[in-house]
Amino acid sequence: MSDARIDVQVEHRDAPPPAEKKHPNTCPKCGSHYRDDELDAALWVCAHCGHHYPMRARKRIEWYADAGSFQEEAADVRSEDPLDFFDLRPYTERLSEAELNTGQSEAIVIGQATLDGHPFELAVMDFSFMGGSMGSAVGEKFSRACDAAVERGIPLVSVPSSGGARMQEGILSLMQLPKTVVAVEELHDARVPLITVMSHPTTAGVLASFASLGDVTIAEPGALIAFTGPRVVQQTTREKLPDDFGLAEQNLRFGHIDAIVPRSAQRAYLARVLRLFR
Amino acid sequence: MSERDQEVNLRQRLSGLSRLPLLRGARVDGEVKRLEEQLERLQQDTSDEAIWRSVELARHPERPYTLDYVERFVDDWVELHGDRGRADDGALVTGLGKIDGRTIALVGHQKGRDVKERLDRQFGMAYPEGYHKAMRIMEIAERFQFPLVSLVDTPGAYPGVAAEQHGQGGALARSQAEMVRLTVPTVACIIGEGGSGGAVAIAVSDRVLMQENAIYSVITPEGCAAILWRDAGEAKKAAAAFKPDALHCLDLGVIDGIVAEPPGGAQTDHDAAARFLKAALVEALDELDETPGEELRRRRRAKFRGMGVFA
Repeated sequence: MSDARIDVQVEHRDAPPPAEKKHPNTCPKCGSHYRDDELDAALWVCAHCGHHYPMRARKRIEWYADAGSFQEEAADVRSEDPLDFFDLRPYTERLSEAELNTGQSEAIVIGQATLDGHPFELAVMDFSFMGGSMGSAVGEKFSRACDAAVERGIPLVSVPSSGGARMQEGILSLMQLPKTVVAVEELHDARVPLITVMSHPTTAGVLASFASLGDVTIAEPGALIAFTGPRVVQQTTREKLPDDFGLAEQNLRFGHIDAIVPRSAQRAYLARVLRLFR
Repeated sequence: MSERDQEVNLRQRLSGLSRLPLLRGARVDGEVKRLEEQLERLQQDTSDEAIWRSVELARHPERPYTLDYVERFVDDWVELHGDRGRADDGALVTGLGKIDGRTIALVGHQKGRDVKERLDRQFGMAYPEGYHKAMRIMEIAERFQFPLVSLVDTPGAYPGVAAEQHGQGGALARSQAEMVRLTVPTVACIIGEGGSGGAVAIAVSDRVLMQENAIYSVITPEGCAAILWRDAGEAKKAAAAFKPDALHCLDLGVIDGIVAEPPGGAQTDHDAAARFLKAALVEALDELDETPGEELRRRRRAKFRGMGVFA
């Protein structure tokens, strides 16, 4: 680490031209294209190359939970705009737009369900809502999922998917790190198991808080799991990045996660792990 | 009144703010009015320009760093090196010493003063090894019931390939977890840049203070501008929007008090800045002294559990 040569200034240069826009259902790895219903039936995994598309929170809950068993909690917890934040557009406008586009009130869905008849608590993030960013509402909902799990003595399955803290809430978004850490700590103290499924991407503030504190932690194939993403590392340090920089596979090699489990096998994996803790 | 007395007086009035019941989003305007010059200036100076001045002063190359303060008010200082696993990270210094007669454990970021030292200390950006070292010192603090003092001054945790491979995110998370397990009094002060996860990782404390011209933020102004404005040159606008200055942090209930700096900023007079900081730390430690450890931990957890504004 002694020969690090770094420039702390972020470079002031024009953003690179946007890459050619592909249809979201076109596989970024192999170029196969699918209809929505095909992907839905395949758990949003490319049948040709195994690429894991982002999966919406509710779809994932449907996949993990016994049919009809999910009961959502804290759905009414929403973001506020404590800083009157305005960048190119007001934060409130971005929130309404995200809600309109996703049908979600926030970037996380929590609630209780059963898996093979056994109750468990779920906290599943949704990347399509403002990049899964964690503001006060996300921190609160995750913490309430921990509280609910402790109260009922049932395990918590957490699925982070986040670009990090929500800048529009300034320092309060940073405070969601210790807040969720406290919630997990109470879970640990109560000897309630926390199983974490890191999905693409699990980065920055979320990785630096609750996502890293699971008792058992698995990741989806190809998921980016990094505190600092490859672009920022490249820009700040000019280091040459390994090909699999920050990916789940590298994280497994370096000992940061317990396993990489393809989506189709996750339900059975969770069921097996949860049996061990009963 | 001597200059020294005036300083102490002003500091006391500033830290008096910390005793206000700061509910979420509570305003402190009414109290602020009672305070004199320096505090009034703080209050008026929430203009965009003033916020940017804080950013500049917080990063001022002559600003005192952790070891400058250690030298001035920590007696019998013994620096402890290394994480016992891989490395000794110069960006985060740890050790034991005495403040006002009591033994404390101290963790603090350290930027370098000259070019070589800056490179050696990675500009105060610690690797996971730095946080592992901090956790080692926290364990010592817990075992021997030494209060833990954190001095925060980092642009952020180091954003490099090796740092990622060594588990930066996990180290930051576990350092926070360690801090909410402690049953000893813990006091943190942001003495310069409180940059994101790298800062909060050692600042999950019973009392979190900020120097008058320090900043505490979720991202650097440049980083925020690059993402939201798509232009790092808009850093001033970004800072004005996310408000990293001490008064806003106090206003939002994120910190418990503001520590005065000498006029013009801490870089103008390291000795005076150290006197203010020492007095504030001692006062905070005295306040926490009587509370049983379990109760400290319970309150600390409740404080951070309550952070945030939502509907």
